[in-house]
Amino acid sequence: MNLQFVADGLAMGAMIGLGAIGLTLTYSILRFANFVHGEFIAWGAYTGLVVANGLIVLSPKSGSFGPFSFGWALLIGLFAAMLCGVALALLVDKFAFKQLRMQSNTIVLVIASFGLSLALRSLLEFFVTSQPAYYSRDIQMAVPLGLGVRVTPDQLLVLALAAGLLVVVHVILTRTHAGRAMRAFSENPLLAEVAGIDGAAVVRMTWALGGALAAASGVMLGITVQIRPTMGFDMLLPLFAAAILGGIGSVPGAVMGGLIIGLAEAGGVQLFGGSYRAAVAFLILIAVLLVRPNGLFGRRP
Amino acid sequence: MTAPILEATRIVAGYEPGLPIVRGASIAAKAGEITAILGPNGAGKSTLIKAIAGLVLVSSGKITLADADITETPAHQHIRQGLAFVPQTENVFAGMSVEENLKIAVHILPKAARADRLEKTFALFPDLARQRQLLAGRLSGGQRQMLAAARALVVEPRVLMLDEPSAGLSPKFVASVFAKLVEIRQIGVAIVLVEQNVRAALAIADRAYVLVEGENRHEGTARDLANDPNVAALYFGAHTERAA
Repeated sequence: MNLQFVADGLAMGAMIGLGAIGLTLTYSILRFANFVHGEFIAWGAYTGLVVANGLIVLSPKSGSFGPFSFGWALLIGLFAAMLCGVALALLVDKFAFKQLRMQSNTIVLVIASFGLSLALRSLLEFFVTSQPAYYSRDIQMAVPLGLGVRVTPDQLLVLALAAGLLVVVHVILTRTHAGRAMRAFSENPLLAEVAGIDGAAVVRMTWALGGALAAASGVMLGITVQIRPTMGFDMLLPLFAAAILGGIGSVPGAVMGGLIIGLAEAGGVQLFGGSYRAAVAFLILIAVLLVRPNGLFGRRP
Repeated sequence: MTAPILEATRIVAGYEPGLPIVRGASIAAKAGEITAILGPNGAGKSTLIKAIAGLVLVSSGKITLADADITETPAHQHIRQGLAFVPQTENVFAGMSVEENLKIAVHILPKAARADRLEKTFALFPDLARQRQLLAGRLSGGQRQMLAAARALVVEPRVLMLDEPSAGLSPKFVASVFAKLVEIRQIGVAIVLVEQNVRAALAIADRAYVLVEGENRHEGTARDLANDPNVAALYFGAHTERAA
């Protein structure tokens, strides 16, 4: 078996992990499976595209640097995408889920999120068509790393960016009051309230962090694969699988789950072909849940 | 005679609209005193204290803290006004360290005061100071109650309300938790205690209220209630006959 799947799997797994962090936080704090999360990925990717293309028109030299297929324009686009993710997530909460959380049960929230996801995807498709788009059409030469593994400079930078964002998330959750408040609210909302934590603020922070990370994951996916209006929806199954595999509510679990799903998919493609990509990942998910029903890092309910 | 710092007057409260569990109960608590709320199962003791803490809907009545009306105040604002609450169960963040549990609470204070308050609280609870980095979920039952009390006290509240702090603890731990409450009373905090363990509660309380079916049935000094044969016979059975 060629070790190439390790490089491909880690790159895809890092993006799945980033997306799954927001999903697992939303699930553990707001207590519902949020299908809109996939749309933050797609809307983020297209925001990055629009901003990067606009900057390249203004300053053609910002299009690429060094061995990479992209340049400062897309890094600024990544920042804009994360801001778009934050704004979209907060708007979705304010105008859709805030009222529903107070008045409805979990099933209503899940169905509403599914409907809103469809609406946002259709709206995006209306603006950008269903044709795939690319940040760059340059063909990159893969660099040999030894043992038959080859990676593109873009893949390496995406891995580094994902690792950097994961460190930032870890610091936020463990070293800041906002992060501790999110962990506390996720574990015990009533106790968090009596400890002086404003639940409404925690909910807003959760949406914002999840939206930003999903949008970043969308840009990274756009760099290494392509951009399509359905890219977020297509990522939902691996995202949910990663969040469940890692244990709902666990950020390290979501990252670990993402890497396992990414590696399993890449390994599955190499062994059985592309048609069985998802099947291999889900077989691993089922096997892990049979042994650890609450996921790798999950708490017992 | 000092005025009560916390007063809950004719409180009607419950979990479902139109189905009150507390039906007009009233209590008052003074600084430097332990006020016990007692009564049989289903009397509405825990619901009353949760209603005061802002966790249960109050449909009528008035709650004042140092003469300020807090009846409509959201639960997360209470601690900023000096009213701390320790729930009966799941009263620590089990997935966080002992120190993180306290840091969560102390954050409402100005930045300059936080480190000092943290160390003062650890000085009051030396057992916890030795286990700062331990996950709260790995503490013993008694240590958890201590951490829950420490989390409430770290911000120097004027009123500390506890919902059955002796629940599930061995007699040895009950004694140490109650001894700590007496120590806390001495620093001037008004303590409101909901308890099933009547004998232990009356032994340390200054005043007590007996609720039945959501209403006040008896009230007075702890000594008087402990010696009242009607109270003992009606609500506490054999628990307090010997204590009386």
